[in-house]
Amino acid sequence: MSALLSELNSNLTLEEEQGVRQFLTFIMAEEEYGVDILTVKEIRSWEEITVIPNAPNYVQGVINIRGTIVPILDLRLRFGLPKIEYGALTVVIVIKVDLGQKTKIMGMAVDAVSDVYSIIEKNAKMVPTFSDSDNSEFVAGLVNVGEKMVALLDLKKTMDI
Amino acid sequence: MSIDLSQFFEVFFEESFEGLDAMEAELLNLVPGEEDSETINTIFRAAHSIKGGSGTFGFNSVADFTHVLETLLDQIRDGSRPLLAEHVNLLLKSIDCLRALLSALQAEQEPDLSESIALRKKFEHILEMDESENDESTNSSEPHAELNTFQIDFKPHHHLFKTGNEPLYMVSELAELGDLDVVVFHNEVPDIKELAPDDCYLSWRFFLNTEKPEAAIKEVFEWVEDDADITISLCGGLFEDLDDSPVKSDHKEESQAEVKTPIAAAKLATSTPTKAQSSGSSSSESTSIRVGIDKVDSLINMVGELVITQAMLSQLGEHEITETTFASLQEGLAQLAHNTRDLQESVMSIRMLPISFVFSRFPRLVRDISQKLNKQVELKLLGEQTELDKTVMEKISDPMVHLVRNSLDHGLETVDQRIAAGKDPVGVVTLNAFHQGGNIVIEIMDDGQGLNTQKIKEKAIANGVISDTDELSDKEINELIFMAGFSTADAVSDLSGRGVGMDVVRRNIESLNGSVEVASAPGVGSTFTIRLPLTLAILDGQLVKVAKHTYIIPLISIVESLQIDVTKVSRVGKDLDVLRLRDEYIPILRLYNIFKHQGAIETLDKTLLVVVESDNQKIGLLVDDLLSQQQVVIKSLEANYQKVDGVSGATILGDGRVSLIVDISGLIKLSGLRKPGSQELIIESQANLEAS
Repeated sequence: MSALLSELNSNLTLEEEQGVRQFLTFIMAEEEYGVDILTVKEIRSWEEITVIPNAPNYVQGVINIRGTIVPILDLRLRFGLPKIEYGALTVVIVIKVDLGQKTKIMGMAVDAVSDVYSIIEKNAKMVPTFSDSDNSEFVAGLVNVGEKMVALLDLKKTMDI
Repeated sequence: MSIDLSQFFEVFFEESFEGLDAMEAELLNLVPGEEDSETINTIFRAAHSIKGGSGTFGFNSVADFTHVLETLLDQIRDGSRPLLAEHVNLLLKSIDCLRALLSALQAEQEPDLSESIALRKKFEHILEMDESENDESTNSSEPHAELNTFQIDFKPHHHLFKTGNEPLYMVSELAELGDLDVVVFHNEVPDIKELAPDDCYLSWRFFLNTEKPEAAIKEVFEWVEDDADITISLCGGLFEDLDDSPVKSDHKEESQAEVKTPIAAAKLATSTPTKAQSSGSSSSESTSIRVGIDKVDSLINMVGELVITQAMLSQLGEHEITETTFASLQEGLAQLAHNTRDLQESVMSIRMLPISFVFSRFPRLVRDISQKLNKQVELKLLGEQTELDKTVMEKISDPMVHLVRNSLDHGLETVDQRIAAGKDPVGVVTLNAFHQGGNIVIEIMDDGQGLNTQKIKEKAIANGVISDTDELSDKEINELIFMAGFSTADAVSDLSGRGVGMDVVRRNIESLNGSVEVASAPGVGSTFTIRLPLTLAILDGQLVKVAKHTYIIPLISIVESLQIDVTKVSRVGKDLDVLRLRDEYIPILRLYNIFKHQGAIETLDKTLLVVVESDNQKIGLLVDDLLSQQQVVIKSLEANYQKVDGVSGATILGDGRVSLIVDISGLIKLSGLRKPGSQELIIESQANLEAS
């Protein structure tokens, strides 16, 4: 176990040198999205939520995480995707997002979590902008992992509400 | 070995601001001609430690400036100079200047030295004048710039190094004063086996050829007076035949005086804790707090109790619940509730500070303003020990300054006017604080001319705030001064009269969930009454149900809750229901409408109405049901989200769910309801909000 850990650590330092970052990916409407794993605080299952009156539709409400009031966004609605009923796989990814003047802790409800990938950042491609899609503004870049394509989120833009 | 001094900066700044506050308070007590030595000593000591500290940390701008200040104080202290009113004024100004310098240094900015240089010139001017007088009268036989040779015997005590002093620095400082010859005595150095490496065994004799006075030499050794035998004598000069004993005894006296200092300073520190926070800088909210040791001790006791109760409960939980254990379980839970409440109270009390921290800035303010306005004012402070949450205190200070300024500028008459009106020429401004229910009440009273209702009314009509057909009581007219852009002062002075202020005062106080009122009688005076909750962190709330959501209404704003008598409801306009309750008309706001919730009960006779009051306006909130009443801890929504209209914050209920706290005045704005009698108010204030 410890040997494994030290191997992992040495791999990590090596990876850092090459500009490798780890990304947690999740699924939404059959697409895979990634966020820097260092911003992720925890992953929770969906729970009952307190509705905030007169909030934008993608703000589902607030929950209590150990005494802190944390707003939860429905990422499907944020991206303009059709809403689905929350199920057993629905998770809330709680992230710490740096919004310039202050850091906020927020949650985003997604269909399901997927995997953790090590991605070399400079391999990420810029997103082509389509005039009919306003979602591209939330995506910082695209990378290929094996056969799949992962969209890396620009958290600052996604969470700036 | 190098020590990172910056870790001590914060302590130094805090202590220095405290010292400045102490100096200011003592200076204000000084009456030229009848000063007592203890007061002067206190001021001197504070200046001395600021100088010492700033020198140590390399803040030379502060150290140099404090030095001239200290020289003047020293002369006043030893009686060689009478205290004049101009000295007090100059000292007060230099305290402001020092405060500015220290604040700049604290914020790691380059301090603006222009003022300190100007003030320093004034000090030097005073000192020089005196020196020339002295020279003429006593020392006329000895011209100053003469070259003298001093013999200095410097014999440090063994522990010199342990006090952090380095003789080499003193030697090089001496060398700067003139030509220096040094003889070192090493006869006391013991055998290597007995030598303690951190003791000082050496002593020195210096011969210094200098034009500087003896005082300059004394200053070099100022910090080691207590840790060494120092003898300074003049050789080859006029005083050659003088025995050096007077100098010696002089030092003894001084060192005795120095010994007293720490005790007195410690006393000062305990009697005036956290002064720096309240008035050190008004704009920045301080991040540290000083707490009495007794409060901490009681907290530790309570945590101890809590641990015991927890142990008892977990013991009970290990076994199967029977009839008997159930009873003791209930008992244990009751004890836990008791402990928690006690703990909560004492944690809150840590944040509570006496309001004297706010009040203490007013003597100076009143003094400065009354001098500027040429009015005679006496300031009375009552209820200074009334305790108040620190956050509330920091935010109430500016509105109070505003109100006191107004009282001095507009309220009180000039001396001539007062005599003409048959009043005492000295006007009285009273600040009073006391607890009333869960609130703290602060009154600002003056015995001046009172509000001029006629003028206010004319102005209000001219501004279009009211129409000339409106019938308003005097009280209602007086309330108009809290509206934006309202000033009745004939001439705009640099103190007040620009019409910004009273509306800001009200807004600030209301942002603290407080209220402000004015009462006034022509020729007798006016009283401003500020009511504030004791703390911002906890609130008594009424839980209500709207559809499937639970909201909390602050208990303090609830007037009554009732079932609606449908026959007394009439519909105004297209969708506003109004309830006639006794002789008042109460507009009914449907919470589910404002918050856009589905599934609430909509028929009036099946719901409940909670009548609440805000801004002197009563409204009814329609809710599905009343739940329990409980104390709730206020949590910010803005920390991770943003401001929500109609909601002042959130809290966590017993079952872990989040519940939102209703903000009554925000709700009124959100509903677009207008205040009766002043049509424009709400729309106008909304416009103001948007503009800002």
